Amino acid sequence: MTMFQGFQIALHALRLNPLRSFLTMLGIVIGVASIVTVFAIGSGAQLRLQEQIRSIGANVLMITPGAVYQGGVRLKDGSKLTMTESDVQAILEQIPEIQAAAGSIAGTAQIIHESKNWNTTINGTTTGHFMVRDWQLATGRYFSGTEEASAGKVVILGSTVARELFAPGDDPIGAQIRIMKVPLEVVGVLDRKGPAQDDVAFVPLSTAKLRFLGSASNINRDSVAYIIAKVAADGQMAGARSEIESLLRQRHRVPAGQEDDFKVQDPAAAMEAQQGAIRTVALLLVAIASVSLLVGGISIMNVMIVSVTERTREIGIRRALGGRMRDIRLQFLCEALVLCLLGGAIGVAGGITLSMTVARMAGWITSIDGEAIGLALVFSIATGLIFGFYPAHKASRLSPIEALKTE
Amino acid sequence: MSAPLPLISLRSVSRTYRTDGVAVTAVRNVSFDIAQGEIVAVMGPSGSGKSTLMNMIGLLDLPSEGAVHLEGANVAELSEDRRSSLRARSIGFVFQSYNLLARHNAIENVALPLVYCGVGRKARLARAEASLEAVGMLHRAHHFPRQLSGGEQQRVAIARALIASPLIVLADEPTGALDSRTGAEILALFAALNRTGQTIVMITHDPGIATQCRRTIRLHDGELVSDETTAGLLPKRSAVS
Ligand SMILES: Nc1ncnc2c1ncn2[C@@H]1O[C@H](COP(=O)(O)OP(=O)(O)OP(=O)(O)O)[C@@H](O)[C@H]1O
Ligand SMILES: [Mg+2]
Repeated sequence: MTMFQGFQIALHALRLNPLRSFLTMLGIVIGVASIVTVFAIGSGAQLRLQEQIRSIGANVLMITPGAVYQGGVRLKDGSKLTMTESDVQAILEQIPEIQAAAGSIAGTAQIIHESKNWNTTINGTTTGHFMVRDWQLATGRYFSGTEEASAGKVVILGSTVARELFAPGDDPIGAQIRIMKVPLEVVGVLDRKGPAQDDVAFVPLSTAKLRFLGSASNINRDSVAYIIAKVAADGQMAGARSEIESLLRQRHRVPAGQEDDFKVQDPAAAMEAQQGAIRTVALLLVAIASVSLLVGGISIMNVMIVSVTERTREIGIRRALGGRMRDIRLQFLCEALVLCLLGGAIGVAGGITLSMTVARMAGWITSIDGEAIGLALVFSIATGLIFGFYPAHKASRLSPIEALKTE
Repeated sequence: MSAPLPLISLRSVSRTYRTDGVAVTAVRNVSFDIAQGEIVAVMGPSGSGKSTLMNMIGLLDLPSEGAVHLEGANVAELSEDRRSSLRARSIGFVFQSYNLLARHNAIENVALPLVYCGVGRKARLARAEASLEAVGMLHRAHHFPRQLSGGEQQRVAIARALIASPLIVLADEPTGALDSRTGAEILALFAALNRTGQTIVMITHDPGIATQCRRTIRLHDGELVSDETTAGLLPKRSAVS
């Protein structure tokens, strides 16, 4: 008897009892569906993080304000803008590993273009910002030196903002838009970098300070909210980081033993750590889902044992008519395999449906990869083989004479 | 004139069952030969070891002592797999209770032994049709056992026993569950088969049936008590009461 015939016999037997067959494979269905869903959500989350890591740019350090002491009282991190434009200059000039650096201040505001308007992040910065983040223009140009020095009324739009404010086919370059009543000329539109990154508008740092944020109490003329800096090579990250730290401690006159009033972060590394955490959680969930697979396997074994008992006479007949022990074993093993494979296939379909529903309802990114589906199917085949083997073996060991005597 | 090699030969065959330390000898020191083309009735009271003997001839069981030879080969020396494939190709079983698979129709039941001979589905079904035709059941090919009468089921079972052109057909009380008229028809079918050269061994309780076979082996308490060959020809179908 061939494997193919084994599957034919198995399908025939399972068709005779569709409800029982379905209930038997339910555990596998649920197990596989959970595994596929968890994988889809997990790898979706990873994709999102990867996109963020990519959008930050390679080898980027981010310097944000740290703890500030006023009269011995430790204030919350970032409660005071401790970084300045001259810090940016110093970093650029004194640390050779730094290729580019830029300070930024940011807030949100309404942008108006003719009848359309859009609420977005306004980031005041310098052209260095785009260099640090390897962010190319789709059209137009970056800020000129004059515009940066003299609070030029110019703006560079992220692609989402451009799409929201301008009709398709409308050229934004040269158009006038308004932010907080200040008219600005669009000089550039940036390339797409990812949904979370593209919803932004950039103005020169001087423009932001003078025209939008000038009145804010914690802003002095030289302050920036954060600095980003690009390190030339991957291997220089740690060195550049400690050089920046000692440079800024010295510049900010942080007394020895006291906490820095700034923090140097490697956002990509932080996100990679986060990615590792996601992977761990996903693996944990897969492990939990596998328990369902185990339960499904036990249920299959249980039903198969009952089925072998019920069909003892059939086994006797098949043996008398020339079925070898291994033919009987194959027949029942095929039945278990078909149950598991069918359950696995239904589970994969269910998992895909479920994760697409989750994606739509929760707005998460999910990603279904062949690897997860393959893994789920391998799991179900393994379940079929492991839990089908004992009943099949038992069936094959029945004495044909005894089997023929049973009712 | 040298005698041709017997199809089956039993030499001092005994079969002892041991359950919970109690030994029951179902067949004791039995020897006989069956030649190609014979039709043999096996008779004896209930429990005399007829089925046990039949199982050994049919390679389902092995003797505790002595030897069963099929075409000269000691079956105890064959592997389990080899005995299985000999059952598929060389032995045709007919049971008192038909033993058709309830969930398969007649033609699939008939084709079943060929699954274990490695015959493809198309060829299996073609041969099953021919076999059903030979027992006059082709018109019921797609009926399930429960849709057939006992006599019809037994015909299907005989078609199944014949499909692989076996060396020998073994029938354990094939008419035991049938009324006398239907039993006679089944018997006539066996007689017709035997006239084409088919070797048949048939267990029966019915002395009337036994007298219609050329040779009768009688068992009592597992022992062979007589082995008689009558010169009489097989009766025509009309002679069966
Ligand atoms: N598996 C077994 N274990 C123990 N004893 C057995 C077994 N099978 C058969 N026997 C015994 O062997 C003896 C012969 O049994 P067998 O079935 O061969 O008789 P039989 O002639 O076919 O009887 P019947 O006409 O009732 O079918 C009986 O005494 C029976 O109880
Ligand atoms: Mg018997």
